[in-house]
Amino acid sequence: MTATHPNDIEFRRVVKRYGAVTAVTGIDLAVPRGAFVALLGPSGCGKTTCLRMIGGFEQPSEGEVLIRGEAMTGVPPYRRPVNMVFQHYALFPHLDVSANVAYGLKQMRPRIETGEIARRVAEALEMVRLDGFGGRRIHELSGGQQQRVALARALVNRPAVLLLDEPLAALDKKLRTAMQIELQSLQRNLGITFVLVTHDQEEALSMSDLVCVMNAGRIVQMATPREIYDRPADLFVADFVGKTNILDASVVASGRARLADGSMVAVAPSDRVGAATVAIRPEAIRLARKAAGDLTGTVTNRIFLGATAEYAVRVPGVGDLLVTADHHATSKSDLIEPGEAVALTFDPGAALVFPARSSA
Amino acid sequence: MAMSAAGKRRAVTGLLVAPAAAWLVVFLVLPFIAIVVFSLGERAPEGGYQPALTLAQYMNLPARAAAFWNTLVLAPIGALACLVVAYPVAYYLAVKADPRWRLLLVSLVVVPFWTSLLVRTYAWMYILGSRGIPNLLTLVGIEDVRLLNTPFAVLVGIVYGYLPLMIMPIYVSLEKLDRRLLEASADLGARPVSTFLGVTLPLSMPGVMTGVALVTILLLGEYLIPQLLGGGKVFFIGNALVDLFLQSRNWPFGSAIAVTLVLVVVVVLLGAMRLAYRVAGTRQVDLV
Repeated sequence: MTATHPNDIEFRRVVKRYGAVTAVTGIDLAVPRGAFVALLGPSGCGKTTCLRMIGGFEQPSEGEVLIRGEAMTGVPPYRRPVNMVFQHYALFPHLDVSANVAYGLKQMRPRIETGEIARRVAEALEMVRLDGFGGRRIHELSGGQQQRVALARALVNRPAVLLLDEPLAALDKKLRTAMQIELQSLQRNLGITFVLVTHDQEEALSMSDLVCVMNAGRIVQMATPREIYDRPADLFVADFVGKTNILDASVVASGRARLADGSMVAVAPSDRVGAATVAIRPEAIRLARKAAGDLTGTVTNRIFLGATAEYAVRVPGVGDLLVTADHHATSKSDLIEPGEAVALTFDPGAALVFPARSSA
Repeated sequence: MAMSAAGKRRAVTGLLVAPAAAWLVVFLVLPFIAIVVFSLGERAPEGGYQPALTLAQYMNLPARAAAFWNTLVLAPIGALACLVVAYPVAYYLAVKADPRWRLLLVSLVVVPFWTSLLVRTYAWMYILGSRGIPNLLTLVGIEDVRLLNTPFAVLVGIVYGYLPLMIMPIYVSLEKLDRRLLEASADLGARPVSTFLGVTLPLSMPGVMTGVALVTILLLGEYLIPQLLGGGKVFFIGNALVDLFLQSRNWPFGSAIAVTLVLVVVVVLLGAMRLAYRVAGTRQVDLV
């Protein structure tokens, strides 16, 4: 194992076909050592297939997967230096918690001494805050506890890479948030590379260092969560990650675009001139209480969220826009009532210009 | 009269259990008491039973030691031979077979049950008899092979006849097995053999236990296969009973053998259960 290789995982032109269906279409990917990477995408985008190809449960139809610089073609799962936390945990029901966690250690050759195994199992259980649970049966545990046993069972083997397949999907919201924080701090403390598969963009953005957005078997964008959110590579990413208003427009000059109702708005500078699609986040639109301005509309609905409020604004000729306002920032009175006329302005540079949508 | 809730529940339970209980009392408990009484009696001069209170029949048991020996050795060996043959078949059906063909293949296992065991066992008489396999062996120069009327022939018949009863419970337990557990095992570094021994086999043990118990218990009372393929040379207790009750009409001695068989079965089963618990227990302790 070349311990100095900078990337823990590499995909080289990886294609995966199931019969006539192509699940993964020629992917190149590099996961740097020690990173927390999220594979994010809608169901069927190929993210789980990618994870299973790293684990060795699927073989690429073309191309190759490398782990720490070594080609894994033909290497079975039990010879790969990675461990997986399965979606429904796949804990062994006939073994107790300790035996589940010890399972991987017992497979190691040369054999590890029994005392050493017991010590490491205890350590792993302590790490996931399950000390004292060693003698429990799996069915006696709650979902969150099973989740942590699955984590301990994988991490106790000190894998080069930990693979997580939608690990939090089965937990309720509060537990999920707690586990997100726990996973993140585990990853920081252990320095093990984590590859997480999720369809939950919030989960991907909040936990990982790098987000790899996938769609239809391709990687659409791989960047930091912030970049993904602020500089989405295309309309798909803009729409899939976070909330976005997508508007048809015509760019008249760099930084200036005309919307369908004829109003002019400030957009991010671009080389493109002519028909385009503009994407703008709800929090990058300012509302002002006056009927005059370039872009005007009527508030049709308001959802009060505490620190912010979400407004639906109907702009004749353009459509309904979603606007999030920090309610102290709006002028005069804090909250705008449904039915009020408002003027909308875009934060400079926040409206991103993409190629025009096809007629669909 | 008003009935308390507990009383009502007891009455319902009683009604539900009554038919089975009545059946068991009439057809199991009463006959067994009769058999016990018979076993303490004497053979009437013209055959049958004549009242007495003697343990003479039990003293005479060693005369039929061979039947006990054959039954108590060949029944467990037969069950284990069945298990050895059945497990790979069940494993193939449940794990390896193409799901599209699985139902068809499973029904093929059951199809032999549509024909009488008698007919199928007769077929084996021919296959193992002098015009069957031994005849083919003479063609390649191997002379004087006797297969029919040997313990081997009885064992072959047992494995053949009881195989489906062993395959089905094992198949069911393997089919229920969560495939993700096998992936998890491989992911944790277990080679295929370790995965089989560490996950597949333990999780299919309920099916194995059921199959072995079912086949062993049925074999203890087996009559047909030793009669046809053992030819009076390899006989089971079942054959001894038929002989004593129907041919020599020594009912008390037959009864004594029957009672002894029941006692032996109870002792064997209790011992086996104890052993199974201990094995399960040590497995747990070992892994902690």
